[in-house]
Amino acid sequence: MSKLLSPDKSTVLFLGNEAIARGALEAGLAVASGYPGTPSSEVIESLAAVADRRNLYVEWSVNEKVALEVAAAASFSGLRAMAVMKQNGVNVASDFLLHLTASGTRGGLVLVSCEDPGALSSVNEGESRYFARMLEIPLLEPADFQEVKDLTKWAFELSEIIGNVVMLRSVTRMSHASGNVVCAKLPARSRRAKFSYDGPVMDSKTGPMISTPVVAKHLLHQQKLKTVEALFEKSPFNSYTGPARPELLVITSSVCFLYVREALSMLGLRGRVGVLKLATTWPLPDRLLRKHLGRAAKVLVVEEVLPFLEENVKVLAAAMAGKTGIKTFFGKYDGTLPAAGELNPDIVADAIGGIMKVRRKKPPASYLSEIKKAASLIPAREQTFCAGCPHRASFWNIRRAIALDGREGFVCGDIGCYSMAALSPATGYHTMPTLHSMGSGTGLAGGFAKLSAFGLEKPILAVCGDSTFYHAVIPALINAQHNRADITFIVLDNAGTAMTGFQPHPGLTVSALGETVPAVDIAAVCRGIGAKVVIADPFDIDTTTKILTGYLAQKGEVKVLILRQACALSPEKKGKKTFDVRVNEELCLGDACGCNRLCTRVFRCPALTWDKDKKKAVVDEVICAGCGVCVSICPQKAIEKAQAVI
Amino acid sequence: MKKRGLEKTLNLILTGVGGQGNVMASRVLAGMLVDAGYVVTIGETFGMSQRGGSVMSHLRISPDEVKSPQIPAWGADVIVALEPLEALRVLAVYGKPSVSVLSNTRPVYPIGVITGELDYPAPEIIKEKFRMLAASSWMIDATDIGMRLGNPVLSNIVMIGALGATGLVPFDRRMFEKEIKKTLSPDKRLINMKAFDEGAAVIR
Repeated sequence: MSKLLSPDKSTVLFLGNEAIARGALEAGLAVASGYPGTPSSEVIESLAAVADRRNLYVEWSVNEKVALEVAAAASFSGLRAMAVMKQNGVNVASDFLLHLTASGTRGGLVLVSCEDPGALSSVNEGESRYFARMLEIPLLEPADFQEVKDLTKWAFELSEIIGNVVMLRSVTRMSHASGNVVCAKLPARSRRAKFSYDGPVMDSKTGPMISTPVVAKHLLHQQKLKTVEALFEKSPFNSYTGPARPELLVITSSVCFLYVREALSMLGLRGRVGVLKLATTWPLPDRLLRKHLGRAAKVLVVEEVLPFLEENVKVLAAAMAGKTGIKTFFGKYDGTLPAAGELNPDIVADAIGGIMKVRRKKPPASYLSEIKKAASLIPAREQTFCAGCPHRASFWNIRRAIALDGREGFVCGDIGCYSMAALSPATGYHTMPTLHSMGSGTGLAGGFAKLSAFGLEKPILAVCGDSTFYHAVIPALINAQHNRADITFIVLDNAGTAMTGFQPHPGLTVSALGETVPAVDIAAVCRGIGAKVVIADPFDIDTTTKILTGYLAQKGEVKVLILRQACALSPEKKGKKTFDVRVNEELCLGDACGCNRLCTRVFRCPALTWDKDKKKAVVDEVICAGCGVCVSICPQKAIEKAQAVI
Repeated sequence: MKKRGLEKTLNLILTGVGGQGNVMASRVLAGMLVDAGYVVTIGETFGMSQRGGSVMSHLRISPDEVKSPQIPAWGADVIVALEPLEALRVLAVYGKPSVSVLSNTRPVYPIGVITGELDYPAPEIIKEKFRMLAASSWMIDATDIGMRLGNPVLSNIVMIGALGATGLVPFDRRMFEKEIKKTLSPDKRLINMKAFDEGAAVIR
């Protein structure tokens, strides 16, 4: 039985994202949609796995805006629905979201944003909390695993009370952490979809779902927020722990609450510092704040990443200063805590310790100095392309073609594992001087290609992954074609949304629910635009480099190369070697070879290492994925491959 | 093994390199301890784990309270490492004089070491640092045992077997067997039990 369907009252270890999924199921979810993105992907994945049993419709949408639209259609029809995305996905969805909050919703609609303070798996640490304030919708931030589940469930009820979207924000340390959760009952499903639209325009239950008349609907929208604030005043998800008159009041939300509690234990300050944990962070409940701000003269706000809560508390505190007295605030504005990067118990303990003039216990100085000595011996372990990764082969070809061309061409990067060609010097494939949002590589390339009239005469390349292609690249590619931008556009097609765990995308013949669906062919889309298209295997080094050098020499049009080879970790490849690869010690000249260790110094595969004693290359059979690409790069032909025996 | 309950939070860090089965091992451990009635928190970041980076799971095993998914500096009671350099890396941040370390012996070389830009410390030096910085330490040829059993990735279960035999964490063979019944298909259970037993045999 799926863990997600555990019985009433059972205690289960849930990943934060599974707790979100369980909460939605307990609320009677009918439709869930999303686009994969770390740390959000497991919500949709775990719901898809029980869709049959719970009679759900679950989909991986082409991007986050469409995901929210799909969920909204269910809501308009009276069903409970959820759209799930990572922080920058909310940016993608925001145009629809702006209009959706104005039209209002019907069945409970929850927007889940799983964010990544510290950018542990992102190229930004953007905040979506400001969207909640800007778009005037309620924001919920759970602080432990039980609360993740319970608050998600309540979010659907709240959404139906006010007839608008509710935003639930998680962070990596919650979504990708696990903890005990006590389950409640799963309801029997009874609702049927019915979309009414014949009523008066201002009737939110029966009228058309539109954002006009704008001002009248905006006023209605703002009244809803007043209802929310009143409910938040009494919410059991907000709590205070500590003495009645603490020396310091800490106001916090989300996983930061756990850091605060840990820090207070480390400092022995649980009896002297009070903690107001807020799960309802927009709009802030005014009376609740007044009650707790009255407790102390010093207030510290602990949150990630920007001072969102701090700003909102200060606005209320200024208005109520006559009643609560003037406070001394600590937080991000005064530099007590950093406004960039994620927090942890150590950073929070230093901040609270600094205010309270208390120091935490440390190991003896002699131990700390030994630790320091040990640390100096530890080489960094930088991220790199995996053994057998098609991107290593692709970038080997790209770099070679650019070098052969000789005009210092460059690649506009995009979002995927291949971003490492820009991010991580250790990959050794530094060819990408730009990296922004999904699809931006192609848009930028189209722009750079138009600068030759101003003297920028270089071959311009762009790369994107297969999932990224559908998500946001198509408009940029059409733009390049329409405006005659001379770009070499390469699709690194590794047969799935690989970086986030092989979720299906429109190029595959399977849906989130495991149904067989027709694939949308990337080559056909590109040809339909009118671009020239060639498909190749990046592992075939000679052919691929030849195609690329040819492309770089051709002028005045969009040239598309689709490099097809499945990810080494894909279910069809993982654990199955195509080749047994070994270094023939008699042929490898080692340090004496003129190649200057091309295989280990330049090719940089984690499985191709250097035997210091023999001074020759050696294949680590535990790590080698058996792709055999290294065989084609050794000038001495010393790397040999044989068909693997399965 | 010794049978005992925990009175205060036990902090365990499971570390290794992406692809070594770190996440699976932490889930199995945590699953057993939740069933035993503990409040368990696992902190993980597995978004980048596929790409050859260091991977860490922070396990907080508490008798009563949800803990932060990040263990504070100098806060580890036990470090279990699927790769020796990663044991040292974790020890240098989270170690304290009373910490115990169990480490696999087989290195996975970082890319900077492969290119020749960085040096990987010699095995004797790593062992010496364990002796100096930890109250107790065990070196286990977990990958070799895994390969002998047919799959190097079984090293994670070998390490769990070894951990069980140290008595540092309140679980035993029976609890492990019950846990993998929930998560593994029947054809995989036998080999995992073997890996567990081989790991335990290293300690006994």
